[in-house]
Amino acid sequence: MKHFINGIIKENPVLVLMLGLCPVLAVSGTVRDAAGMGVAVIFVLTCSNIVISLIKNWVPSQLRIPIFIIVISTFVTINDYTMQAYFPELYKVLGVFVPLIVVNCIILARAEAFASRHSVSASILDGLGIGIGFTLAVVAMGVIREALGSGTILGKTIIGESFRENSVLLMVLPPGAFLVIAFLMAGMNKWVKK
Amino acid sequence: MEQNLFLIFLAAFIVNNIILMRFIGLCPFFGVSGKLDTALGMGSAVLFVMLLSSWISWVIYHFILTPFGLVFLRTATFILVIASLVQFVEMFLRKNFPHLYTALGIYLPLITTNCAILAVSFLNIDYEHNIIQATIFSVGTAFGFILVILLMAAIRERLELAPISDSFRGNPITFITASLMALAFLGFIGFLGLAI
Repeated sequence: MKHFINGIIKENPVLVLMLGLCPVLAVSGTVRDAAGMGVAVIFVLTCSNIVISLIKNWVPSQLRIPIFIIVISTFVTINDYTMQAYFPELYKVLGVFVPLIVVNCIILARAEAFASRHSVSASILDGLGIGIGFTLAVVAMGVIREALGSGTILGKTIIGESFRENSVLLMVLPPGAFLVIAFLMAGMNKWVKK
Repeated sequence: MEQNLFLIFLAAFIVNNIILMRFIGLCPFFGVSGKLDTALGMGSAVLFVMLLSSWISWVIYHFILTPFGLVFLRTATFILVIASLVQFVEMFLRKNFPHLYTALGIYLPLITTNCAILAVSFLNIDYEHNIIQATIFSVGTAFGFILVILLMAAIRERLELAPISDSFRGNPITFITASLMALAFLGFIGFLGLAI
């Protein structure tokens, strides 16, 4: 249980460890895209953690990185094709970031630092915890950017019609992403880290 | 055709800048933009590997994966190509160009996890570039990377001395700087009829 909670707040991969930033900034324009990316990462991370902790005793240590990468890219490919088949719209929006999950540093970092040293059950919990931590961060970005940038959350108007018509368009554009994560990190520095 | 190539270059270099507009390759961008000379070293290593890997992955995709119907293996293939290419380049440079090796040395292994390299391989395929367009696209992207990382390094050297409140010191202020830079780059949208 400790592994599970750890990944969500104290070792939040995005806001504290600063890993896997590219997808967080790129797909957080709307809550829906952000959640889709989060679920994809949870899937790949948990599955690769399971496989790696199962095979850890047979992997020679000099060859471990290429082997981990092959395991990860297998699940990324599964995820890629599943998404393409069942969620074509989401796949179109996320675009090149779906195959790029393979170089998401969070996944390789967990394989190397956790799954290759712990039991299967601990690795599952760790994968879920870190994955949920990632999802929370990216969805938080999505909520802030969509609310301020388009005046909606999941496509529903929240603040009021007049705000929706004159929203802060900047928040949906690239500079807004950098700005929001800067403030989230500053908040983490002030209240959580210490 | 010439006009077209120039547009591809400009789009990759500035309008769709890989870091500020596409958010790819952020880890090295924030990791090694602390000092000007390390930023330049990382930038040149990226240029070198990006060009080689885009050629190799283009050839593999069009002459091996497509004819044999193995397109679903592209993610695994590209990442392995890049990882082994980086190793190979490292050994080759150490043997034949020791000067270049000492200059780029520590940045080469880091490049394996640089998503910009892999992304350029994928984007070349998504945009259906031919080999010349792919070359121009990777060079433009790499120059865009170098430009932004150098600008950022120059700004960060000054930020070191600036009075900033504690919670914003370090990464948060760097992101705010990046945000302002992205705002400036937004001004290029629509330049010569190019869109995001």
